[in-house]
Amino acid sequence: MNAQSIMAAQILAAEKGEQVGNPWINMGIFGLFVAVTLVVVLRASRNTKTAADYLAGGRAFTGQQNGTAIAGDYLSAASFLGIVGAIAIYGYDGFLYSIGFLVAWLVALLLVAELLRNTGKFTMADVLSFRLRQKPVRIAACITTMAVCLFYLLAQMAGAGGLVSLLLGISDRAGQSVVIIVVGALMIFYVLIGGMKGTTWVQIIKACLLIAGAFVMTIWALALYGFDFSALLGGAVQTAGTDKILEPGLQYGKSVVTKLDFISLGLALVLGTAGLPHVLMRFYTVPTAKEARKSVVWAIWLIGAFYLFTLVLGYAAGAMIGADTIKAAPGGQNSAAPLLAFHLGGSVLLGIIAAVAFATILAVVAGLAITAAASFSHDIYGSVIKKGKASPEKEVKVARRTVVVIGIVAIVGGIGAQGQNVAFLVALAFAVAASANLPTILYSLFWKRFSTRGALWSMYGGLGSALILIIFSPVMSGTATSMIQGVNFAIFPLANPGIVSIPLAFLLGWLGSITDGNKEDPAKAAEMEVRSLTGIGAEAAVDH
Amino acid sequence: MSTAPSPAPEAFIRVQQEPRFVALRSKYRRFAFPMTVFFLAWYLSYVLVAAFAPQFMAIRVFGYVNIGILWGLLQFVSTFAITSIYVSFANRKLDPEATAIRQELEAEAANTAPAAPEQGAEQGTEQDTQAEEGKA
Repeated sequence: MNAQSIMAAQILAAEKGEQVGNPWINMGIFGLFVAVTLVVVLRASRNTKTAADYLAGGRAFTGQQNGTAIAGDYLSAASFLGIVGAIAIYGYDGFLYSIGFLVAWLVALLLVAELLRNTGKFTMADVLSFRLRQKPVRIAACITTMAVCLFYLLAQMAGAGGLVSLLLGISDRAGQSVVIIVVGALMIFYVLIGGMKGTTWVQIIKACLLIAGAFVMTIWALALYGFDFSALLGGAVQTAGTDKILEPGLQYGKSVVTKLDFISLGLALVLGTAGLPHVLMRFYTVPTAKEARKSVVWAIWLIGAFYLFTLVLGYAAGAMIGADTIKAAPGGQNSAAPLLAFHLGGSVLLGIIAAVAFATILAVVAGLAITAAASFSHDIYGSVIKKGKASPEKEVKVARRTVVVIGIVAIVGGIGAQGQNVAFLVALAFAVAASANLPTILYSLFWKRFSTRGALWSMYGGLGSALILIIFSPVMSGTATSMIQGVNFAIFPLANPGIVSIPLAFLLGWLGSITDGNKEDPAKAAEMEVRSLTGIGAEAAVDH
Repeated sequence: MSTAPSPAPEAFIRVQQEPRFVALRSKYRRFAFPMTVFFLAWYLSYVLVAAFAPQFMAIRVFGYVNIGILWGLLQFVSTFAITSIYVSFANRKLDPEATAIRQELEAEAANTAPAAPEQGAEQGTEQDTQAEEGKA
């Protein structure tokens, strides 16, 4: 009873904008995670010599390991904090994120993963430029890779800032910024030392912790309702005072425009995954296409299970904490999962979940950084500037320097992006990936007539239209939650650009190709097709 | 890094025309394309109904569980099912064929070509010469 009343008082404190739990426990558990992963990263770095070691983990991970790492890479702070928060507050509309994020993996499994592993080496551009003109296609692919990674990075960093305000009782901007700097610096260190191998292990450890943590919380929450999911939903309805939270429309049902926004989001989610450069790059860390397939299968099972947990956790947070308390807590929507952890298991469970959430952010940020660095060093430096004659050592050196630059950009951007819903920011990254990358990937794998001009039009057109629409959307200006306050230049009504920019990018790719007089090399096209389906000449694992 | 010598460009063009490769490609595409259309249609119909017919989604099936939640959970089930079906299809129908063609090509390349330079994506600068060889 006593413990309960203390908890109630602390949740009340959260409502007033103060911290909950014991910051020392939170920091202690996170410190333990950092210590363990540091040891692992240092051990992993011992065998890192070549570019294939540094950028693709020696291509020696098994499908099972890589699948777990993919889950670790993919289940970002957005998946955990963002979705639980969205379901807790908006009910059913938050569930769409989980479904879109999961179904999207079928695109990767059926159409992309294996063919990509068979044709490429380190980056997405390896595949895109295989039978097209190297220089322009690689430059375009590097630019779109950077753009997607940047959006994604901002989302993670914003999540880190919000989490800190809740957990460490640091609610002022300066204090949060310090934590973002610490996360960024740790990430830089991990990636510099451990490369892809270290990053992969951090992601594997984190995936296990995150899924286990969510599993424990799910069982715990269900147990309080006698393992009756329907009763838990009933609890959420009771707290919310309306059964609207069980049906679609609370967030997106207001008007035709918001409904279109919902569809736009749905499209971006399902088509974005297979265009995410940091997900694509993970397929190069396994020795064969068959292992790439196995990785996706593992990832689908882990990710699917995790999203089922978030459905329970979201409604449980809605039932036990309540939307109003969550919104009022520091960190807002993103604080639903930590508050629920505190409600269930007090300071210790909160500390564990908080540390897991930090680990999540750290691991995802590391994966993004190495992807962006690989793209710059391999595509721009190695292939465009040095025309394929750069030594692998030099490519690794350039990649390491890029990591530092990207880390600094992420820190600065993360300080600027504080307070945004992280699931929402990630959805924008998905929209950019689905518009700028996916059409070109699919065309180059499956359409013979696809040409360099088609690729450039599709990539620049998809990226440009997505970015322009975001700039002129309510995300940037015109509403109370916009990034820029006090002005209104939101002439595009949708928050997510996918419904316009994705079809446009497909159209541009087609139009550019059929109007392109230059025929691409048929020998290269034949080689790409035979290689993609049979795996001949695919990069083998590095022997040590 | 790739251990086996890569086949000559003509070999790729020849294999691409071979009936067994054409069969492999169409076997793969005849599975992957309709399946993609199916799951996208299944997913988008769900999204459209959620957006424009929320009252349908709100119909209670049992307890507090309504059609919307069940349909959402069915998306999980269908994703898991399609994954399993594809894996068993690929293991049984695609892998043996792909492996056979690959091994044949590798054996041929090892016999005819001297150790070729590493074939890879960054070979674009050699494209022109290869194209001419391809025509010859």
